[in-house]
Amino acid sequence: MGMTITEKILADHAGKKSVEPGELITVKVDIALGNDVTAPIAIRKFKELGAKQVFDVNRVVLVPDHFTPNKDILSATQAKILRDFAREYGITHYFELGEVGIEHVLLPEQGIVLPGDLVIGADSHTCTYGALGAFSTGVGSTDLAAAWVTGEIWLRVPESIKFVYHGKRNRWVTGKDLILYTIGKIGVDGALYKAMEFRGPVIEELPMSDRFTMANMAVEAGAKNGIIPPDEITLEFIKNRAKRSYKLYYSDSDAKYSEVIDIDVTEIEPQVALPHLPENTKNVREVSHIEIDQVFIGSCTNGRLEDLRIAAKILKGKKKKKYLRLIVIPATPTIYRQALKEGIIEILTEAGAVIGPPTCGPCLGGHMGVLAKGERALATTNRNFVGRMGHPESEVYLASPAVAAASAITGRITHPDEVYQGED
Amino acid sequence: MAIIRGKVWKFGDDIDTDRIIPARYLNTSDPEKLAEHCMEDADPDFPKKVSKGDIIVAGKNFGSGSSREHAPIAIKAAGVAAVIAKSFARIFYRNSFNTGLLILEAPEAVDGIEEGDIIEIDTKAGTIKNTRTGITYKANPIPPFMEELLEAGGLMEYIKKKYNLGGK
Ligand code: SF4
Repeated sequence: MGMTITEKILADHAGKKSVEPGELITVKVDIALGNDVTAPIAIRKFKELGAKQVFDVNRVVLVPDHFTPNKDILSATQAKILRDFAREYGITHYFELGEVGIEHVLLPEQGIVLPGDLVIGADSHTCTYGALGAFSTGVGSTDLAAAWVTGEIWLRVPESIKFVYHGKRNRWVTGKDLILYTIGKIGVDGALYKAMEFRGPVIEELPMSDRFTMANMAVEAGAKNGIIPPDEITLEFIKNRAKRSYKLYYSDSDAKYSEVIDIDVTEIEPQVALPHLPENTKNVREVSHIEIDQVFIGSCTNGRLEDLRIAAKILKGKKKKKYLRLIVIPATPTIYRQALKEGIIEILTEAGAVIGPPTCGPCLGGHMGVLAKGERALATTNRNFVGRMGHPESEVYLASPAVAAASAITGRITHPDEVYQGED
Repeated sequence: MAIIRGKVWKFGDDIDTDRIIPARYLNTSDPEKLAEHCMEDADPDFPKKVSKGDIIVAGKNFGSGSSREHAPIAIKAAGVAAVIAKSFARIFYRNSFNTGLLILEAPEAVDGIEEGDIIEIDTKAGTIKNTRTGITYKANPIPPFMEELLEAGGLMEYIKKKYNLGGK
């Protein structure tokens, strides 16, 4: 009986020849990540356990990215817990302000996560790294603390759903639109406890940035992990980043799936998810009368260089709508520097954008762009839950950077074709 | 304690972790402070209304969204004795076991229970009785490994034993 890529990675890390869905296994962990929200609890639990050291100082990763630069005294206290712990236990991968970026963009960029890895993180979007052909999933702080001590975690082997994307992508249709469309189709619990394996000719053409966006939102369908088989594009991405060995895994042709879902992308238009669930998807043109107060381009979903490039292309020589706030946050310092070099920051600020330092910031209603009662934001983030970006009576609409940039110009949800007539 | 008796607060489907404890309050992990905002974005009055021993009953996919352990911590610190739902999001399910919040998956019970009902949970038998209607429902069984974890006193105790750690 063949195995899926997810099953193969799990089997190898469990020291077994094969595993089956439903089986409970204990696996070795390659990377165990925490941030300034979840790590303070994990650190407390770690100390309660009475352990003298972490299982491997090179494999514990601490990223204070949610409320940094420290928003207030409470956040400063949380960030300090990470810093003190990193010092005390000699953690290699601790990122101070100036080096820190949003964890799920930072780790692949720094070559900390590689194909075939088994990664756990006390952050639900840890599933992002599946784009590299790794198994990665979110856990809570207690699970993280236990893994820091033991280097292991118990997991239930998930069933896999195979999503096969084929056909021709329309202009402006990105990984964000594909994943929003998919969640709209299967619902926010459509892949509960399962692995989402993204396959097909359309995926094979996607750049890494779009692949990360897709794997990132697997959790928005309830999935345990999202995964994409590694290929030339993956290898090109890790070429100058990998500093240790890695392994490429592929699903067998006779691997078993609980479901195979075929998606013809030819029909897909740029998507928007309406409040308050990522499954409330519509074509942009269906909702282009909806006016907005704020546009946010950033987050672990769409704060990458490629995302900023698209935004700059659309906003070049244009101005944001009066009374609208346009907030752009490059996900990491490296992206920020590159955007400066390419003139992207200049284009965006001339269009009226404000550029924030790398942080999660407004994505979780933390700081740097919180919404007032009754306000509406269009964001390139992954969640539009009640109160996600601010007041419980504010609203969040999810879309791609292209739609976000176009909407910033008109002040309402806008198809990029309306404002951009240039070449690709 | 085998029998838990409490008053029900009912919620709908897809109650995500941002509604259980909004991210704007995550600049602390102090259980008491978190409890002050428990379920606030689902029902602003909940932190005031809830009393010790009450039970939350909700629809499908309870606890979806983030991995924050603050969610079960806030519910527990608010005095809630148990959460019954049609289904739970994956990470929330794990976190509840790890933080000692009692959760039960029981789709039929959810349909048969209304806000304000007094219900009795028999944790040993895995049953839920609605004292208003007199009907008893069976909860879905806990996976055997989870039971082992619970018996050991939770993940922390399990790890301490397995790895011979002192700890306090
Ligand atoms: S950017 Fe948003 S979704 Fe991503 S890790 Fe930060 S808070 Fe979470």
